[in-house]
Parts: sequence; C-alpha cells; structure tokens
Amino acid sequence: MSRENVLVSAAWSEENLQAPGVVFAEVDEDTTAYDGGHIPGAVKIDWKNDLQDPVRRDFVDREGFEKLLSAKGISNDDTVILYGGNNNWFAAYAYWYFKLYGHTNVKLLDGGRKKWELDGRPLDKEEVVRPATSYKAQEQDLSIRAFRDEVVEAIGNKNLVDVRSPDEFSGKLLAPAHLPQEQAQRGGHIPSAVNVPWSKAANEDGTFKSDDELRALYAEAGFDGSRKTIAYCRIGERSSHTWFALRELLGHEDVKNYDGSWTEYGSLIGVPIELGSGKEA
Amino acid sequence: MSNGCGAPAQGGTIDAGTTETVLEGKVVSDGTPVGGAFVRLLDSTGEFTAEVVTSPEGDFRFFAAPGSWTVRALHRTGNGQADVSASGPGVHAVEIAVA
Repeated sequence: MSRENVLVSAAWSEENLQAPGVVFAEVDEDTTAYDGGHIPGAVKIDWKNDLQDPVRRDFVDREGFEKLLSAKGISNDDTVILYGGNNNWFAAYAYWYFKLYGHTNVKLLDGGRKKWELDGRPLDKEEVVRPATSYKAQEQDLSIRAFRDEVVEAIGNKNLVDVRSPDEFSGKLLAPAHLPQEQAQRGGHIPSAVNVPWSKAANEDGTFKSDDELRALYAEAGFDGSRKTIAYCRIGERSSHTWFALRELLGHEDVKNYDGSWTEYGSLIGVPIELGSGKEA
Repeated sequence: MSNGCGAPAQGGTIDAGTTETVLEGKVVSDGTPVGGAFVRLLDSTGEFTAEVVTSPEGDFRFFAAPGSWTVRALHRTGNGQADVSASGPGVHAVEIAVA
C-alpha cells in the first residue's frame, strides 16, 4: 500500500475541488464546524446521526449505509475524500467504515480540517446538494473489525495497540482530557497491550508522520510485525486513525479495529484488566 | 455529556466547586480573543494529551489531572504557548498569546 493511494494533500485537494468523480465529505461528531464553513462542495456526514444505529449500539447496517450514500449523492465509482476535525479521528473512522462496506476509492485528506484551516484555505457556507444515487454496499468486511471475544483471546497472542493517552492507559483518566471524566466503567487497559497514543502518529498540524517515522514509532513500542494486530481506544475513532497508519500507510496485512473499545471492554464482567504503565519494571 | 470523543462546546462557566481539575482560558492576539485556534494540552514531558478548538470568544477548557501542563495554541496567524500548574481540583486559569 502506498501513501498516494490512501492520502491526499491539502494542496491537491484545493486543486481538485471541482474534479469529476471526486466527492469531498466532512465527517464529525459535532457538525457545527461544517455548518460554520466547509470545504467548497463538500457534503456533511454526521458521525453519530448518520453512521451509528439509533437504537442498538452498532453501526448503521448495510442497507442504512446504502441509503446514506445514495442520499449524499455518492456513487460506487466515486473517489471519496474524507476529512474532519479532531485531527481526522471521525474521518478516519468513516474511512474504515467505507472500507468495511467495500467502497473502492476512498482517501483521507492529510491533516484534515486543521491543516486546511492553518493553511488559510477557502471555506464556504454554500448548501451542497448532489443528485441522489443508487449506492450498493458490500457485506461487512470483518477482516478489519474485531469483536470483544476475539480481543480477549488476543491477550498475549496478538499485538494489542491501545492508542489512548498514557493517563487513560494507566487508569488515571477515564476519557481524553478535553472531556468531563465521569464514566461508569473501570479504568485501565487490556493486559499485554502496548500504549502508542494515536497522537504520536501525527504531526502538530494533524498530518501523518512519514512512513519511516511511523515504523520506528511502533517498533520502539514493542509492536511485532509478524503478529496479527488489534487497535483500540475508547470508542473506536482514535484507533481508526492508528488502524489507518498501520494497515493503509505501513501495509501491515492483518490489522483490525476494535470499535467496542474501552467503553465496551472496561464494562465487561470478569475480563482481566491491567493498571499502570504496563511496562515491566 | 458527550458519548463520543468530540470536544464539547468551549466557553461558558463551570461550577467553581467542581471535583474535576479544570484548565481553562483564552487565546489572544494583541489582547483580542482568537476564535478557531487549535489548543493542544501537553503533559509535563511535552507529550500531547488533548486538543480543542477555541470558541468565537477565544475560550478553551480541558479536564485534566493535578500536575504541570503546557497549553499550546496553533492558528493561521501564529502560534504560542503557556505553562500552567494545577495543584488540585478546581478551575485553573491560563491565557495564551499567539503571534
């Protein structure tokens, strides 16, 4: 997998805003940023209202995904460029999700909304309406999605990469530090997991680090390239960012994202939890 | 609260009797609030911890833990940073000038 197949730069994007067959989509949990100004021509995908099942704790199903993309005017053969705030967390999640449902041409805008804004590139508030399509999704590709039993079985066998901050990993904080900390579940991490915060894969401006820097980062953390890998965080979006780095940028083949992540694992009865830094003294 | 990981709205006030360790303040440029700046919370080793975007009034807020922190702001007009020490729960104010 090479970088140009999965990432586009802000400069390329600005030159290709009108390109036929290219659709830009902003993905966020809080879509007020989009409403206040978005990349010209980009459609809006609401991470919670559009991508999550309103009742069950799961994604929208295949039919729901088809309905969503059809309504957004996205065709099966379009190249979809995803971007968003929060250093592309939700855009990376959506990227994983597009792959899960078999979309062929999907890429991330490197650096997302932050890089775009720091560069002072144009944003507008024009309403974007694209003609509806008849999008067809595939069955979920479960080779990139991990469920809880598989995660428990992976303890000590696969690379478990916990991409939360060190304080969340150790159990000191239950959520990222920009969120209130009241949470019902236990703190800590899955035993044998290595802690490589997602942020270490990104530069300050939100762009991904180089392949060489990424390889060194995971090697130093004890990531074993010969093993299968599961990445997790708290709700699965930060780990989508790392899943993207490991599978799409570095080309590791068997990498899954555990979207249940700590909000599920830390609430399970009877599973092992490790506290502290997890490193041998 | 949010079920996700996106940042809640920045600004407003928080109960001074909070049991949380809150770091909050404004990003300013020549004394004028800077909205839309990216504020990064770095721990005492300089490691990234969290990031929010300032409100139109330049406000930001983090829910951290007691300790020494650095808040660093990025904006298309310039960057800046400031250190803040939180001795314990409560609201700890800090201002960041960008240039």
